Amino acid sequence: MKLSGATVTELGRRDRLGAWFAHHRLVAVSTLRGLLASPVASLMTWLVIGIALALPAILYVLLQNVSALSGQGGSTPRASLFLVQSATIEEAQQLTRNIGQQGGVERTAFISATDALAEFQERSGFGDVLRTLERNPLPHLIEVTLSTADPPVISGLVEEWRGIGLIERVSVDRQWLERLEALLNFGKRLVAALGLVLGAGAVLIMGNIIRLTILNRREEIEIIKLFGGTNAFVRRPFLYSGFWYGIGGALCALLLVQGSIMFLATPLRVVAQSYRNEFVLQGLDWGAALLLCSTGILLGVLGAALAVGRHLSEIRPR
Amino acid sequence: MIRFDEVSKRYPGGIEALSRVSFELAEGEMVFLTGHSGAGKSTLMKLVILIERTSQGQVFVNGANLNRIPVRQIPAIRRNIGVVFQNPHLLFDRSVFDNVALPLTISGFGPREVGRRVRAALSKVGLADKERMRPVTLSGGEQQRVGIARAVVNKPALLLADEPTGNLDPDLSQEVINLFAQFNQVGVSVMIATHDLGLVERMGKRELVLRQGQLTEHRPVRLI
Ligand SMILES: Nc1ncnc2c1ncn2[C@@H]1O[C@H](COP(=O)(O)OP(=O)(O)O)[C@@H](O)[C@H]1O
Ligand SMILES: [Mg+2]
Repeated sequence: MKLSGATVTELGRRDRLGAWFAHHRLVAVSTLRGLLASPVASLMTWLVIGIALALPAILYVLLQNVSALSGQGGSTPRASLFLVQSATIEEAQQLTRNIGQQGGVERTAFISATDALAEFQERSGFGDVLRTLERNPLPHLIEVTLSTADPPVISGLVEEWRGIGLIERVSVDRQWLERLEALLNFGKRLVAALGLVLGAGAVLIMGNIIRLTILNRREEIEIIKLFGGTNAFVRRPFLYSGFWYGIGGALCALLLVQGSIMFLATPLRVVAQSYRNEFVLQGLDWGAALLLCSTGILLGVLGAALAVGRHLSEIRPR
Repeated sequence: MIRFDEVSKRYPGGIEALSRVSFELAEGEMVFLTGHSGAGKSTLMKLVILIERTSQGQVFVNGANLNRIPVRQIPAIRRNIGVVFQNPHLLFDRSVFDNVALPLTISGFGPREVGRRVRAALSKVGLADKERMRPVTLSGGEQQRVGIARAVVNKPALLLADEPTGNLDPDLSQEVINLFAQFNQVGVSVMIATHDLGLVERMGKRELVLRQGQLTEHRPVRLI
């Protein structure tokens, strides 16, 4: 169109792009300066957003640690295969080797009836009574350590073992694992729900703060529009404010999370030691920290976009 | 530059602010728009910068039919028109320089070009030494001149002024109007709404008179 011709020809496309970036930089810096100019108010906002982000993050970290703990050593289920009384030592040892080859099996240990009795005598304190028995009542036993906690795989293996004639009875102690898994699933949902509610809260908080700044700068917006500022131009500083609120909030959240982890680590280590468990509480890793920051930024920009979207069209020159 | 073709504007509530107004402002021309308060001067200007839309008739600006301009193209139209008001509407939280730079930043000029043009505009209105000052510290006439510098900094082809001298004493008014005449001399089309008839007479330009929304055109009154 001829109207804007003068401006377009004087400004090359290259210059235009350069100016666009320059304006972004300018707006980014000046909005940050604006926030830092009232440090107390900004810090309060950052803290509120930080707390909203930190709560689900702390819960998430604890959950990660519990699930890591459950994945350590003795956490995959074990199975005990009790053989029929008639099984010979040779048959039993052969079966032990065969089972050791199966997929899903980590390792096997063969405990002969004699060994089992000896151990039982040792541990139970009924040694003398048991010695009076004329026949060993215990069967041969194969202890199987599974390499997986996947329920369908375990069920398949158990079915297969039950079909083997030499095996009298199969017992798998996976109930506690299932319980733990159910609890972990519950925890994950709790994190998700909490994250959703508090995230929405953070969006509303930031949206509301930005709404107030928009209303305060009503006249400026009117003048910008009067001199041909596009909606994108008007929106830009507010989106950047949202960005800074978001990233500042996320950094506060990171500090809160790491602080809480440090606060909890010592007492938890004491508890873990009483279970003879070498356990170190892990904080947020880099990936999770990055995710937290981007979530903060996203929520901030979203809150700003919502606020600006609502007010931008209603503020216009009169 | 501007053509009104049987334009009527009715505000919600039934007031007809303009009825069947037709006129043309040639490229490089300067006209005064006069009439009592409430005659429809501001409404006419608002139609040109698309703050309001016509109820009937058509407005052409630089060949473009404004009835056909969609909302998202309004900014592009406004960037080529400079506007000045009775109250200069300056932003008091920033310097004179930044106020004048605003239209350039909006149009996407780089910092060096902004600096050059802002200084040129400020020196044209005689405020070269005031760029670092805050608008509050300036007098009414100086504030109005900052507003004019802001309106011309983008080198628009058309300059609209709605009662730019309404708050100024006669000497300052004459100064401000002379400024507009200077811009007109370098090719800018100028339309000034005012009810200072003495001023209009002294300038010897064409005069458009609005009476309750109806337009009667006066021939130019020549200087003695
Ligand atoms: N936004 C509006 N809504 C309703 N009526 C309006 C509006 N703006 C102006 N008017 C009316 O339109 C008429 C012309 O107003 P205006 O164009 O401001 O006149 P002027 O600038 O010549 O004083 C007046 O009667 C005024 O009350
Ligand atoms: Mg008016």
